Order: sequence, then C-alpha cells, then structure tokens
Amino acid sequence: MNFEELRSRVSYQTGALALMALVVSAALTLADRGTRDAIASRKVADLKASLTQVIPARLYDADLLDDVVRLPMGPGAAPLNIYRARRHGEISAVAFTVVGQGYAGPIEALMGIDRQGRILGVRVTSHQETPGLGDKIEHRKSHWIFAFEGRSLNDPAPPAWRVKKDGGAFDQLTGATITPRAVVQGVKQGLEVFAAHQRQLLEHGPRREVPREEVIDGD
Amino acid sequence: MATDYRHIVRQGLWENNVVLGQMLALCPLLAVTGTATNGLGMGLATTAVLIITGSLVSSLRRFIPVEVRIPIYILLIAGVVTLVDMVMNATLHALYQALGLFIPLIVTNCAILGRAEAFAAREPVHRAALDGLMMGLGFTLVLVTLGAVREILGTGALFADASLLLGEGLSFLELTVIPDYRGFLLLMLPAGGFLTLGFLLAAKRLLEHHWQRRGTAVGSSSSQLVLPAQKGCTLCSSSCNGAMT
Repeated sequence: MNFEELRSRVSYQTGALALMALVVSAALTLADRGTRDAIASRKVADLKASLTQVIPARLYDADLLDDVVRLPMGPGAAPLNIYRARRHGEISAVAFTVVGQGYAGPIEALMGIDRQGRILGVRVTSHQETPGLGDKIEHRKSHWIFAFEGRSLNDPAPPAWRVKKDGGAFDQLTGATITPRAVVQGVKQGLEVFAAHQRQLLEHGPRREVPREEVIDGD
Repeated sequence: MATDYRHIVRQGLWENNVVLGQMLALCPLLAVTGTATNGLGMGLATTAVLIITGSLVSSLRRFIPVEVRIPIYILLIAGVVTLVDMVMNATLHALYQALGLFIPLIVTNCAILGRAEAFAAREPVHRAALDGLMMGLGFTLVLVTLGAVREILGTGALFADASLLLGEGLSFLELTVIPDYRGFLLLMLPAGGFLTLGFLLAAKRLLEHHWQRRGTAVGSSSSQLVLPAQKGCTLCSSSCNGAMT
C-alpha cells in the first residue's frame, strides 16, 4: 500500500493528530522541567530587585525574602504578603503590594514604608495603561512616582491625598488623570493598611512564616 | 531561481504584506502600536515565530493529512510560542522582560496560521523560512511605521524608551521630534490606530495607482510591480484552491 493511500485513511489522520499532540505535549513538558528552576530563580531575583528599589540598602542587612508574614485581607480576598526588612535583627521597614483600579485594568505597585509610617519608595510593577500617556507612572519613564517618597498618612493631610485636579496635592499626568488618581488611591490605601496593622507588622514574630515557593507564587 | 526569491521578498514586504495586502493580524497590530518601540518588539518576536513555524510546517508537510491540517498547525504554533516563551524567560531574561508582553499575543496572530496554510504547507523548507522572514519583516515595517506616526503625532517623541527594549545601544533612536508638544490623546487610543491604519492603506493604494499610471505611460516591465495585491483572507482563498485540486 503506498503512502498516498495510507494518508487518506481516517485512522492515519486520527493517528497523525494524536501523535502530533503527543509530541508537542512531550516537548512542552520537557521544556517546563528544564526551565522551571531557572524561571523560579529569575522570579526571586526580580522580586528582590523590586524590593531593593523601595527599601534603601541602609535599612537592611538580611535577605529581604527571609522574613515574610501574611496579612489576612478579609473573606474572599487573597492574603497580603508583607516583606519585612531587618537590620541588626530589628524590623526597620516593610514592603507590600498595593493595587489601584486604572484606566485599562488594575495597577499593581510595590511600596516600602519605614517604622514611622513614612513612604520609602513606590514602584509600579504591572499595569496596562496607555503607552505614552498613563505609563509615565513607571519610574523609568518619568519622575512622577518619586513624589510619594517621604510622605505619610498625615503629610499631606488625608483629604489632600488626591491629584491636583480633584483638589489634592499630587500632580496628574498630561492627558491622563484616571491613572495617577488610581495610583494615589492605592498608595493611600496601603498607608491605611499599615496604620491599621502597625503593631502586628512591626512586632518581632518568628522569621520566615511563608515558604519561599508561596512567596513567589503569591506575587 | 534568484527571481523566485525576489518574488518572495516582494510579496512579503509589499504586495502581499500581512497588514497592507492581506489585512490580517489587525488585533495585535492595533494593540501594541502606541509607540514605535513596542511595534518593533512585537514585529521581531512575530518574525522569529513565523520563521520557526514556517520551517516546521514545511518540513512536516508530506505527513500532515489535509483533513486535519488546521488543528495540527494550531498545535504546532501554540507549542512553538509557549516553548519560545519559556526558554526566553529562563535564558534571556532581560529581553524577556521587554518582549515578554508580546509573546502570548502571537498565538492569536492569524497571519501565522495563514502563512502555514497558504505557503509553508506547499513549499520546500528554505523557501518557507524565507517567506516567514519576509512576511515578518513586512509586518514589522508596518508596525514600526504605524507606531511612529501615532507616537510622533500623539506624544511628539519617536522611539521613546527604545533602550529599555534592546539595551543602551538603541538609545540613539530616542528622539524628541516636536519639543514642548502638548500631546494628542486620540492617536494614542485604539481609535487613533484605526484612523492611522486607514490612511496607511490609502497611501499604499495611491502609490500603486501612481506607479501603474507611470508604468503604462512608459510601457516598461515595471507595470508588473503594480499587480493589485491579493485581497481577502488567504486562508479562505487557499482552502478553495485546496478543494479544487
């Protein structure tokens, strides 16, 4: 029987499709096994790199991923990972992710806060805002995000935690108001979470409550 | 054979250009062309996938039964894109952070399935790879043009943040075309993408019309340059051809 005849058979067609699915799945499984560890370590490195941007080096002498506590955020919401920076064993600062509702979807930012509740730094880690307009919240594209540094819940006073267009203290971006409004709101909420749980977050509990795999997955 | 290759090059870059000729891949096109830099990133990633899937489909073409070819192509394309995504994440992490956003979008690019069906499935490997390269470059060209027009008119800059995409070496591309520009929001939004694309398509038609008129006036062989591009969905027209054979 020649190949042309074989190729027109239903059993050959089914077999070809099944074989192809098997080959592709096998390739993907192998690639996943081969790259999983490398990708996980890249994620750890990425997370560390972001954390070092919101917590200055003078405030910690231990691995920033060594002391993570999970703060329950109420029913239905995922718990919040709080990364605690320690210097000489003392907790000097905390960092966690805050979320604001932007123009095109959620805007996630990492913020660092010192013991006194002052903002050490904010960095947007993921967003879908309009390129060229809303993306100026990224620190690599404009200086806007640095305006939060040194601020706290009472500086400016709570009613002024808005963009200038809404009567607040923070600049909006040219052509984009919803985006900075969302970031200001998210940062303010972050400060409120810190204020509400300050004692719990700064007390010297046991280190490393969360296994590292979950630290990365929860990110 | 040289003229044969030249034909593939001309088809990919101009006459049968993925966007301007075949009107395919409009979804990723409009999604990422807010800036020229993003267009370049998407274009390069798509070109790589087009070359790989073209060669794969071409080398397997004798074994793929016609009746189940589409699921097999989709399987191959999705598999290749996922593989590229994982391997790039593990080994070229800096590049992945810049292009990673675009890679999953490539699976939805119908131009890749279109080329597998219309070209790679019936041509030898080296021609399929060249076709992938040229179709990819043609796509990149349109993405960068569209991104550049929208970026200049929308923000007054060109290739902003190109150094973030492929390293500091590209920072010379970053230009401020119109200083102290207030910005033009409409062009940065999706509607601006559609408008700009419309003007681009009209410009291509005008150019071809112009060449045709000049070609017939001179009566030279250059009139063959201006054959109207094949319109409509390649996938449909080629499956019609398939039914006839």
